[in-house]
Amino acid sequence: MANRILIVGGGLAGTIIANGLCRQLGKQLRSGDISISMLGTSDQHLYQPGLLYVPFGKIRESELFRDQRRVLDNRVPYAIDPATNIDIEAKKVSTKSGKVYDYDYLVIATGSRLMPQNIPGMEEGAHWFYDLESARKMRAALSEFEGGKIIVNVNAPHKCPVAPLEITFMLYDYLEEKGVMDKTEITYTYPIGRLHALEPVAEWAKPAMDQLGIKYETFFNTREVDPDAKTITSEEEVTLDYDLLVTIPPHSGAQVITDSGLGDGGWVPTDRYKLLHEGSTNVFVCGDTTNIPISKAGSTAHFEADTIVDNLVSLLTEGHWARHYDGKVFCFIETGMNEGTYVWFNYKTPPSPGAPSQMIHWFKLAYNRLYWLSARGLL
Amino acid sequence: MAQRKLIDARGAFCPGPLMELIATLKLIEIGDEIEVLSTDKGTAADVPEWVAKVGHEMVETVDHGDHWSVVVRKAK
Repeated sequence: MANRILIVGGGLAGTIIANGLCRQLGKQLRSGDISISMLGTSDQHLYQPGLLYVPFGKIRESELFRDQRRVLDNRVPYAIDPATNIDIEAKKVSTKSGKVYDYDYLVIATGSRLMPQNIPGMEEGAHWFYDLESARKMRAALSEFEGGKIIVNVNAPHKCPVAPLEITFMLYDYLEEKGVMDKTEITYTYPIGRLHALEPVAEWAKPAMDQLGIKYETFFNTREVDPDAKTITSEEEVTLDYDLLVTIPPHSGAQVITDSGLGDGGWVPTDRYKLLHEGSTNVFVCGDTTNIPISKAGSTAHFEADTIVDNLVSLLTEGHWARHYDGKVFCFIETGMNEGTYVWFNYKTPPSPGAPSQMIHWFKLAYNRLYWLSARGLL
Repeated sequence: MAQRKLIDARGAFCPGPLMELIATLKLIEIGDEIEVLSTDKGTAADVPEWVAKVGHEMVETVDHGDHWSVVVRKAK
């Protein structure tokens, strides 16, 4: 009997898995023993990390997008038909158009979404750069900014955990170059008691901010924004004034996950090593969608996807598991407009970021283009 | 009846036990509890400090030798 693999989600995780499976299962795809199909929400594939550069005019919008059908192996039928219900007991996925897809193996890679509406006043009072329309608005606001108080506000949970630091240091360089930094005060707020979740990164960021005169407020979890008074108040009862508020909004998982009863907040309970939905033997979960307590980041999705490809191919062709996911995460960190560093870690190895350099910044810029090879399963 | 949710953040460097706790508190009802398992030596101090600042309740902190168990009750 043919093995039908259905991938729900056309982001980086789902796309790497689809392309990776095609590269290893050519014979079975030709014979019809195995089929791979994908359900997505858009005809465009967005390079999300590139959004960081949009507010500063440092990337062309056209560089952020590719036609998803061209990124995806042409042996994978792709339907732009969002899943509305996932029934893992019946092995069926229902879609917005009313179709029902059966599967033998399912990959859930529905990702995360921004939820600024969960904090009163945030949609009206804040800027962010995690989607293109908002990044454009932030670009317009920055071009008009002539000095004042900027707050960079971070909320939990959020993906791309180094982006808040990157945007802060890039803002400083941008405003310095514009000649208004001497009339500007930047304050960075963070939910826990240090400047970043990763302790070594926090230890690097603190003196770097001190040197630049960037202020910070830790243990700051946003309760509300008052767009008229231009204030932001935390659950810890701290209120800050702002002229320009840049936020990392809280995230949640996809609506279809909560609607299907697969996980609170849209995060699917997932075995941290096998990347299987807890209790399942044929439902894999990848990328932001999992509830594994590690970074929600493109590299996490990439390394998880590679693991799932190896395990699915091994299960289908040899009948055994190949390997465990080791928790690997790798993040470039832009430390300004001209320098960068990186950090990597896994379940057993703690992070240890090196000194920022221009070379690593250039490599990040190169990766902004190499990404498309990752999505195609080549890198 | 109050529910207790488990976060196994052992070996998790980022976002870490406290950030996981903060995110998960948004998903549960007042009176429900969260138990966080952590190998981060800072958790036993960080979590009570934040819980006191924000007004939730510490239920217990247990040192299991190779990890800590910290239980918090959502109070608001």
